[in-house]
Amino acid sequence: MNASAAENRSDRLMTLVRRAVDPKGIVLVLLIVILTAIIVLNPSFAEPGSLMRFIQRVAPIAIVAIGQYFVIVSGEFDLSMGAVVTAQVMTAGHLIGEDDTKTGPVLVLMLGIGIIVGIVNGLATTLLKVPSFIVTLGTMLVIHGGVMWWTGGTATGNPAESFRRLGRGGIEGLPVVDLLPYAVLVLIAVIVFAVWISRRPFGQTVVAIGDNARAATFAGANVWRTKTFAFVLSSLSATVAGVLLAGYAGVHPSVGQGYEFTAITAVVLGGVVLGGGRGTVLGALIGAFTLESLFTLLNFTTVPATMRDAIQGAIIIAAVAYSGVIFAKRRKRPSASDIASAPDDATTSARVAEKPMTTSAGTPSSIPLTGGDGADRT
Amino acid sequence: MRRGVRTAVAIAGASALIALAGCTTDPSVEPADEGDGGGEESSQEWFDQELYDKQFEERDVVPEGPEDKPYLQMINPEMGETSEFKAEGEKKMCFANASISNPWRQTGWITMNEQLKELKKDGVITEMETRDAQDNDDTQIADIDYFISEGDCDGFIISPNSTAAITPAVERACETDKPVIVFDRGVETDCAVTFIHPIGGFAWGIDTSQFLIDNLSEGDKVVALRILPGVDVLEQRWAAADKLFGEAGIEVVDYFTEGDPAEIKKVVSDELAKGDVQGIWMDAGDGAVSAIEAFEDGGKDYPVMTGEDELSFLRKWKETEMTALAPVYTNFQWRTPLLAAEMIFKGEEVPTEWVLPQSPITAGDLDEYLDRNEGMPDGHYAKFGGEDMSGFPEVWQDRVIP
Repeated sequence: MNASAAENRSDRLMTLVRRAVDPKGIVLVLLIVILTAIIVLNPSFAEPGSLMRFIQRVAPIAIVAIGQYFVIVSGEFDLSMGAVVTAQVMTAGHLIGEDDTKTGPVLVLMLGIGIIVGIVNGLATTLLKVPSFIVTLGTMLVIHGGVMWWTGGTATGNPAESFRRLGRGGIEGLPVVDLLPYAVLVLIAVIVFAVWISRRPFGQTVVAIGDNARAATFAGANVWRTKTFAFVLSSLSATVAGVLLAGYAGVHPSVGQGYEFTAITAVVLGGVVLGGGRGTVLGALIGAFTLESLFTLLNFTTVPATMRDAIQGAIIIAAVAYSGVIFAKRRKRPSASDIASAPDDATTSARVAEKPMTTSAGTPSSIPLTGGDGADRT
Repeated sequence: MRRGVRTAVAIAGASALIALAGCTTDPSVEPADEGDGGGEESSQEWFDQELYDKQFEERDVVPEGPEDKPYLQMINPEMGETSEFKAEGEKKMCFANASISNPWRQTGWITMNEQLKELKKDGVITEMETRDAQDNDDTQIADIDYFISEGDCDGFIISPNSTAAITPAVERACETDKPVIVFDRGVETDCAVTFIHPIGGFAWGIDTSQFLIDNLSEGDKVVALRILPGVDVLEQRWAAADKLFGEAGIEVVDYFTEGDPAEIKKVVSDELAKGDVQGIWMDAGDGAVSAIEAFEDGGKDYPVMTGEDELSFLRKWKETEMTALAPVYTNFQWRTPLLAAEMIFKGEEVPTEWVLPQSPITAGDLDEYLDRNEGMPDGHYAKFGGEDMSGFPEVWQDRVIP
């Protein structure tokens, strides 16, 4: 009895260890390690109020990463996100100005811009068959150039406080957290929506298309409509991030610059595979949090300013390389334990054994957190 | 077994990568995070005692020239002969511009075009062809060579993208025996008829750090927000400030933010989470407002701060009544090259090195500059110097980039 309990515990320990070295788990471990390091360096970071402020700051990047997830998992790229963020921030600064009453109409206009950009990206990619890398690079330049031409490179000023409150303010006077930033609420809403939609047929189809568009077509999936919708989700997420950033940071043409690459990095860090077919919303979310806490950690250390980029880059490569090595190995030699851990997914195991090099969308998920939204089980 | 070995290799590789990252940076550019001693060492690479001393003195020189036309004023000028270029008739200038990629350059570019309109009335400079190198050395070299061979130019105006790389192209332009005017950033040749620039980066660094030192006490902490490393005009600002902070016993940490307000806000918020910050120093004013807002959102007292003469900062300064200084990297210098060209074609003497004044906006001048620039967008620069031109103020208010 005693012996079996001990065995049980060691079994559970083994499972935990296996999850930690699992390529999907590694980013979560990395996140926990980084957060712990931040708290050691600066204990006040662990206070609920500071944590809320931290989530508020990560919210725009996390939202953009979730949007980018849908595009990447469908096998495409969206490089226009950063430009959309900039465009939305500048639109807000330029059109709202100090006039509170314009907040509503301009918000609607911004959402409209987001939807149009997504549709253009999606249709050019799917119907005109231009690689999305080129399409979105093009829209990025068009949007950026257009905004610079329209605004002369600078906004008239920051938009009215009523607009900025969304990104800057929050519900005040709460117990424990003191201030609950609106950005945190927006982020939660986006996560709930993204997880929900990834469990809907759309979410399943988009992964299937990313895995094998031909097969998905034969199975009756509408490739162009699904991908276009993914692009619309992506540019809408950039719009929401733009609204938050205009509040958080204010209006400036450099807001949003480089966001497309931050988003792609976060998504890849979160275990989503470039080229599509595998990954989860929550993975992308954790990737974004990991990336941003890495930046914060470096702010808390005394690493010289000139060296920070290099260290960030090295850690990102190391984390992604690690999961790459593990995945490649696993694909070559599916071990007995892998099959045993997913008895309900026998078809997948069979597929892996039969065609070892496939990038299977059905790789059994051994960590419940990332598998929770079901997007990687097509 | 093999699995274990490969994992170990991966981990070893990753840690080597991280170690490597630590080695990629030249140790001589490490900022002064620990103690005073490091302060002087860190920015040594960019520190030039002779230039520092020259600019230190130029700050107090009363410039020569018309009092109401700062863009024609000169500090310690040594006049050069230009009679060889004297010529009748209409002239076409060719302008190789480094870029219009930031609000400072955009503001200047608008002003320059207004200046061109004014000069056309005189019938001397009647045309200007411009090529924008978009921050790229190779493009600018090609632009200059195009002007030399096919531009049909009567004279050249060059705003170099970088110092060393553009030097040979400037020399080739000089060999055409047509007047060459260099402004803003310099080149390593004095073949140009005149080199127009404000006093310089060291003067900026001295003015700003001295202001912070005067308003803070020993042991206070300053966060230095820098755009990016390796640009001489910016590095010189930091080199002078870092030296003076070190000597005064002010603790200072520096960050590169690329002027992105979101990045600035994060950096300042993190610093405030670590401990109190008494001062903010910037090597350029982009994003200054978000640094101030980080103090507001964190519930902290306003810092003593130096930004730039960008209106967003001046307005926030006025609103908060904080203790601040707005150093100036003279934007009105964009008027001077075309005016110099006209003087050269008329055979009038111009200084071989035309040093324009560069005096910061203080609390005393703040209201005056805010009044003068009423209605201008946030990214406009207060000392743009175009108030006496016919397009004022609509052209700068609408900010249509030519």
